[in-house]
Amino acid sequence: MRYLSEYRDGELASKMVERIKSTSKTPARFMEICGTHTVAIFKHGIRDVIPKHIDLISGPGCPVCVTAARDIDKAIKCARIPNVIVTTFGDMMRVPGSGSSLKKEKSLGADVRMVYSTMDAVEIAKQNPDKKVVFIGIGFETTAPTIAASVLAAQAQGVDNFLVLSSHKLLPPALAALLSGDDLDVTGFICPGHVSVIIGVAPYQAVVEAYGKPCVIIGFEPLDILQGISMLVDQVEAGEPRVEIQYRRAVPADGNPNARRVMDQVFEPCDAPWRGLGWIPKSGLAFREAYRAFDADALFDLEVSDSPEPPGCKCGEVLKGLVKPIDCKLFRKACNPENPIGPCMVSSEGTCAAYYRFSGD
Amino acid sequence: MCVAAPMKVIKIDGDVIRAELGGTTKDARLDIIDERPELGDYVVIHAGFALHRIDPEEAKITLGLWKEMGVIDEVPE
Repeated sequence: MRYLSEYRDGELASKMVERIKSTSKTPARFMEICGTHTVAIFKHGIRDVIPKHIDLISGPGCPVCVTAARDIDKAIKCARIPNVIVTTFGDMMRVPGSGSSLKKEKSLGADVRMVYSTMDAVEIAKQNPDKKVVFIGIGFETTAPTIAASVLAAQAQGVDNFLVLSSHKLLPPALAALLSGDDLDVTGFICPGHVSVIIGVAPYQAVVEAYGKPCVIIGFEPLDILQGISMLVDQVEAGEPRVEIQYRRAVPADGNPNARRVMDQVFEPCDAPWRGLGWIPKSGLAFREAYRAFDADALFDLEVSDSPEPPGCKCGEVLKGLVKPIDCKLFRKACNPENPIGPCMVSSEGTCAAYYRFSGD
Repeated sequence: MCVAAPMKVIKIDGDVIRAELGGTTKDARLDIIDERPELGDYVVIHAGFALHRIDPEEAKITLGLWKEMGVIDEVPE
């Protein structure tokens, strides 16, 4: 398979590991900020082959995990409204809010349906003209343009019963918030591949300029990850932090301006709550005035009172890379994939779920 | 959640393509792609939309870097 098999070649991977071992002298902590990287790093056993003095830690890169309990509670409130069909990506079903989950609401009779694409939700709206169909919009810059494009498609097709509850998140403001805290101990960043397909290199230039942290945009195959780590190591050893793209076959330097234009046409940045990180200025997306007719937040009263995080749950600190899942007293005991307490155990790309599945710890 | 895979375009019907990877096919819309693909091109698909047309020259640059790093001897055609 083109663009895949060459990046999975075991012999080449061994050579790349040898290169890392021969060039890396300085202890380093590299943070990945993409749930797909978290899983890929475990699945390919990357931690086991790189030098022990390179630590790989996970950041706030899983959109499901960073969705605040408050936003889950709003989705649940939405599902309880009569004649509303809630549609969502699969991972969101089991994420606990402060008292329930969409899965629980479904078992109690709410009409909650999983979809693969937002366009499936537009189709459901067409088939149910007497109901309102609300899509729970989560995701970073990879996903937000697809949802904006679905809104434009619904508008063009005259579908007026399709709505979005927008809980999208923008990655660069979260990165800035992480870096401006004084408790972050990170040498460099494994920058997300598919978010960068859209945003390109510019947001990371700011990180390099302000904080002097190496940034490499990396793909998801074993050779991609090893090469990316090797590039980070080269930057650390040379003392020359910059932005580099390892994942060149997918990421142009200026990203995808067309997708950003569509996203920008429908949404504008707004302050948003992140699980673990709190409210971050201009880190979410709200509907622009011209598209308010598609905004579930404008049509329904979805305000929720206090939405506390589950007691004892350390997902917030896990998402900031301050602790590892094994440092949480609930991990593997009260909290497991069958009975998840925090969102990092719910999503298959959550750090806790990945540690549970792949790590002996 | 931002999973996306390179798939080969096997059909183009207006603004919708059908793409294939290892026997699995998927339909995707072209509304937000950066560059319109042609039959046989590879594209990156996410949540029902094609995001990016893969430039074979860019893919070769990565392999060129591997050569520089001493991991491969020659860049394959």
